[in-house]
Amino acid sequence: MNAKTAALLDIAIEFRSVTYCINDIPDRAIVSNVSLSISRGETVVLLGRSGSGKTTLLKLINRMLLPSQGQVSVEGRATTDCDPIRLRRGIGYVIQEAGLFPHFTIAQNVGLVPTLEKWDSGRIAARVEELLRLVGLDPLEFSARHPSELSGGQRQRVGVARALAADPPILLMDEPFGALDPVTRAELQREFSALASRLAKTIVFVTHDIREALLLGSRIGLLHAGHLVALAPPQDFLRLDHPEVHAFTASLAPSDGVAP
Amino acid sequence: MTPWNFFLSHRSEILHATLDHLTLVVIAMDIAIAIAVPLGMLIVQRPRLRAIALGLTSVFQTIPSLALFGFLIPIPFIGGIGRRTAIVALVLYALLPILRNTYVGLTGIDPAILEAAEAMGMTATQILLRVRLPLALSIILAGIRTATVITIGVATIAAAIGAGGLGTFIFRGVAMVSDAVILAGAIPAALLAIAADFLLGLLERRLKVI
Repeated sequence: MNAKTAALLDIAIEFRSVTYCINDIPDRAIVSNVSLSISRGETVVLLGRSGSGKTTLLKLINRMLLPSQGQVSVEGRATTDCDPIRLRRGIGYVIQEAGLFPHFTIAQNVGLVPTLEKWDSGRIAARVEELLRLVGLDPLEFSARHPSELSGGQRQRVGVARALAADPPILLMDEPFGALDPVTRAELQREFSALASRLAKTIVFVTHDIREALLLGSRIGLLHAGHLVALAPPQDFLRLDHPEVHAFTASLAPSDGVAP
Repeated sequence: MTPWNFFLSHRSEILHATLDHLTLVVIAMDIAIAIAVPLGMLIVQRPRLRAIALGLTSVFQTIPSLALFGFLIPIPFIGGIGRRTAIVALVLYALLPILRNTYVGLTGIDPAILEAAEAMGMTATQILLRVRLPLALSIILAGIRTATVITIGVATIAAAIGAGGLGTFIFRGVAMVSDAVILAGAIPAALLAIAADFLLGLLERRLKVI
């Protein structure tokens, strides 16, 4: 194996000059000419205001959307060449409010992808138990409950467990902790940070919260009006000289008149 | 003769008509459900067919029931005098509430749930059968409940084209100018409607997903 293919194999997700426009109308670009390589095992946080195109970028990875121009590759294959169903079963997905199925029990929610993949029931049950423990929920207490009987934080934990069920190498997370109260949010961020470093997954994490980005990201990509305007590890990110970076770092400063 | 006396002296005839009435309603509802629920699933992804299906069933609903029974009499195969024609008319009336509720139920689902289902790698058929349909079930049943109550009422007019049922007493009573005879048809029909509404309401609440 030569050096070039070795480097290729280390890249889990690659955006090559990707533009996405609604209905392919060129003047309605949501994402403009984005190029980005994400290495295996790293956590890239896509930071940006609402409407900056960060969720769109995420949906281009699991083929919920197809690029208008350019190419998105996952594990070296263009998403346009992949069967969307197979592609998505190999990519975990966590969204705000978890998107759990209200008519399924917690165990059925977590075991969804293994069920679709036709694992035998013993293996699914064991996997569900393992995952509930991993995200800090007691399987005996929670397996048989329905999502409506859980708190927001607990639902979000189930959402993470469901995404990890079939052990996908890639995890996409769209503001997963966005709807939680500040205390629960900080708790889940800390736990998830520890979990992420243990699992060694490739994670793409979307947020509008710079604190969350600094805490979780091995690199932070800043999106502004559909353009990727900055990309740097957290320690370098704060020193970048770009007006949008300043706008975000300004939100970090303690507000006047509030005691520390 | 008081209504009560008439009721007692004709009770076996009334019971017979009630059973006839119920049979008409059950057959018509089965056919209407078998058409409207699958059609409702089909129109979720097809806007053109949706406009046609909802438009056409709305038109059926606006035709006065007595006129619709009349229109059907000269039509070959589905028309004529008797029960078959009545069932065709009842089915046409029952379609709209079931179709509309099926469509609304299937499309009124939290977009986050559908997004998650798609992102997990569920196929369109799996999303329909395992997510949309179970979540829409109570709304679909509410449509079936409305349609059933309407059908029980409209079925009284089926007697006008010789289909039998409780309408027989109502038409006879009108011709005889006898309240007692009219009530012998109207009261059991009303009770049937109330009972159907209550029982289907129980089922609907049971199927509701919190």
